[in-house]
Amino acid sequence: MAKLESKVPSGPLADKWRKYKAESLKLVNPANKRKYEVIVVGAGLAGSSAAATLAELGYKVKCFVIHDSPRRAHSIAAQGGINAAKNYQNDGDSVYRLFYDTIKGGDYRAREANVHRLAEVSVNIIDQCVAQGVPFAREYGGLLANRSFGGAQVSRTFYARGQTGQQLLLGAYSALMKMAGQDAVQVFSNEEMSDLVIVDGQAKGIITRNLNTGEIRRWAADAVILATGGYGNVFNLSTYARQSNATAIWRAYKRGACFGNPCYTQIHPTCIPVSGDYQSKLTLMSESLRNDGRIWVPKKKEDCKKDPASIPEEDRDYYLERIYPSFGNLAPRDVSSRAAMRMCDEGRGIGETGLGVYLDFSDAIKRLTEDGVRERYGNLFDIYHEITNENAYKTPMRIFPAVHYTMGGLWVDYNLMSNIPGLFVLGEANFSDHGANRLGASALMQGLADGYFVIPYTIGDYLATQKPGSRPSADRAEFKQAEDNVRGVIKRLLSSTGKEPVSHFHKRLGQIMWKNCGMARTKEGLEQALKEIPALREEYWKNVRVPGSADTLNQSLERAFRVADFFELGELMCLDALTREESCGGHFREEYQYPDGECKRDDEKFGHVAAWEFQGDGKAPLRNVEPLNYETVKMSVRSYK
Amino acid sequence: MVAETNSTKNISVTLRVWRQAGPTQPGKFVDYPAKNMNPNMSLLEMLDVVNDELTKQGQEPIAFAHDCREGICGTCSLVINGKPHGPHRGVASCQTYTRSFKDGETITIEPFRAHPFPVIKDLITDRSAFDKIQQAGGFVSVRTGSPCDANALPIPKDSADLAMDAASCIGCGACVAACKNASAMLFVAAKVSQFALLPQGQPERERRVLSMVKTMDDLGFGNCTNQYECSAACPKTISHDFIARMNREYLRASVLEAFRPKSTSTAGGA
Repeated sequence: MAKLESKVPSGPLADKWRKYKAESLKLVNPANKRKYEVIVVGAGLAGSSAAATLAELGYKVKCFVIHDSPRRAHSIAAQGGINAAKNYQNDGDSVYRLFYDTIKGGDYRAREANVHRLAEVSVNIIDQCVAQGVPFAREYGGLLANRSFGGAQVSRTFYARGQTGQQLLLGAYSALMKMAGQDAVQVFSNEEMSDLVIVDGQAKGIITRNLNTGEIRRWAADAVILATGGYGNVFNLSTYARQSNATAIWRAYKRGACFGNPCYTQIHPTCIPVSGDYQSKLTLMSESLRNDGRIWVPKKKEDCKKDPASIPEEDRDYYLERIYPSFGNLAPRDVSSRAAMRMCDEGRGIGETGLGVYLDFSDAIKRLTEDGVRERYGNLFDIYHEITNENAYKTPMRIFPAVHYTMGGLWVDYNLMSNIPGLFVLGEANFSDHGANRLGASALMQGLADGYFVIPYTIGDYLATQKPGSRPSADRAEFKQAEDNVRGVIKRLLSSTGKEPVSHFHKRLGQIMWKNCGMARTKEGLEQALKEIPALREEYWKNVRVPGSADTLNQSLERAFRVADFFELGELMCLDALTREESCGGHFREEYQYPDGECKRDDEKFGHVAAWEFQGDGKAPLRNVEPLNYETVKMSVRSYK
Repeated sequence: MVAETNSTKNISVTLRVWRQAGPTQPGKFVDYPAKNMNPNMSLLEMLDVVNDELTKQGQEPIAFAHDCREGICGTCSLVINGKPHGPHRGVASCQTYTRSFKDGETITIEPFRAHPFPVIKDLITDRSAFDKIQQAGGFVSVRTGSPCDANALPIPKDSADLAMDAASCIGCGACVAACKNASAMLFVAAKVSQFALLPQGQPERERRVLSMVKTMDDLGFGNCTNQYECSAACPKTISHDFIARMNREYLRASVLEAFRPKSTSTAGGA
């Protein structure tokens, strides 16, 4: 059984991080730093910021990226903004309030100390990004502008039009490029981590495959950082980029790293509805639109197919404003998504499929004029028009929830180290800060907090225990074994004599997951999925067809390798969802709800983190538990009414 | 910018696609039928469908670069009917939809073609030259943890907005592919202008433009001859005005560097 020590420091919540940094964390002297090699896998917000900052400190850093440039990581697609407790609006914000909103937003399933630290460093992130030349939105006086996001009653979200993720990533990328230009970081593009190497119980290297040449290589290091993002592509259709995958964290899991709360997935309420079975991805419409847009469905079922303009005001149900008057259209994502689903279940969904609700800007256009709305959201209206061929200035947008983010991920302690010493996990790839539901504009905050302001302090605490120069050689048997493992999987995939392309199986897996482990889950559904997934996996290995060879650019092989891992991870997600007999945040079990359809938590039985431990192929994984001790906040029923 | 609609019903087209097995092998066009395609599917989704068919027949699918499929990551890079990112302004290849084409049409699909972007396979090219240009100066040297408060330095909204226009570059390389000289001036100008417009960019203002332009030249990109095809092809419609701004920056920096007095001390910091 894995040892799960959270390492949360003692003392008052607000002093923990400051005191811990000053008194407990070990330091590495500057002359020794250059003797340590650190591998960073991934170059999104967390990976780029970590790689650049560690290089600034003097560590030798290697950064591995599956894209052709680190600037293309999927953080780039985040639209709306980044939260920070600056209180520039003088509207009552504070570090404590950001902390509290995040804990409550996560439905009391996150670690208090981690979340408080996140809120504390949020203010430094904005300073850092502005200094890098990130062109945040400004007011005429030259000061930074803010807007509101779901789950908050203050305006604390900083933004750069609808491209905040892009601008923050380009900031981190520029820092990374600066260090790469000085040879302080070596960036390996088109290089995918295919396995983790453990030597004497510690993470000491990785195996990669070059996606352009097929070459498989071994890399030894003193510590390994995974910043490889989330695993929402298990569902096939999601707002994730097509290359986003779980292979790095899944390989780490199979090498002994515990997987925390795999069932916590976020379904984003405002995405463009599915239009056909050819569809390859779903497109998000930023949550920021809910600042000015009003969500509604017709009151009467018979109105659903009518032109929305012909439905009079009194026949419209602005259901978020009705059910959650104090948060209204800015209710958190999980709450808004489920409300949309309930409306559709009642038969009041709109559009051809009946799976959609309206997001209406006509009131905002009356108040701000069309140009005013264009200035705030023009690029989002353009994206919507491109995809749907509809003009949202004239007719309401049609939206529907879609898989968007995974709160679960590899288990980490307060130092962001997994239960494998030397293996650190940052950003969406870890489980730590968002509990069972993430608030809007908090993903960018967490990625950059981890990379700029946490790992640079905590990695030293581990490296100080490793003798400089004690890095193992990549010739060791452990590296060979891991490399052979990768070669074995590739050979098996390429030698399969099946008939169907990988996409065929990925789609079917996605359908099983969406139906049984999506917005609403039941015992029966999850048990059914746990039968169907292994059967589909077996079929996959028999009937998949992967053309081409291993020693060249082969996109079919890349996807086949990743989808093989999605099957196993999907099964673990269902098992976790089945075992967690309560509803909390993004995990909604139909059996556990209040009469009004809200989540019914069971803090007695499930006020903990479930950290799953691999026991071998074909064996049931072990469910470890880390209790969540709430010292400051009282766990209460989450209400946005 | 929104594309016009040519088709509202399912259509059948022929995809004439550049196939090239590797960087040193010769390439050629191959025709593939795409039948009964939904007007709301993207061109990349059409390629997905064709690729699944090829796979079922045991043939190697068409390699093409793609990732976010919402026009922001800059990965997709197709020349569609002779135009980088296709017939419409202000979109990337992934935002080109079937409805833009006519039933029975032959759609030609090629990789971005430019000497500094060698073909890796089929429609995928190597654009790592852009990272090298960034490394030459596309940053503000600010150590993590050392900045002042974000509101300590007010920036006029107009400057911030213009900097954001420049910063919206997705690094796709369409500007290079569209230019008869394979010039990267729009790409470099966007980065140089973003920082030149902001107070944070001032300390390294001259070094940046000189170094980035030199690297661009060294990597084999051509020069600008004011045809503005780059702006026309840019998925973020970045204005060629930024090229003029960069030229001014370059001239200014060249003069300043030539005449600025510099310390000649070689004493160390200790």
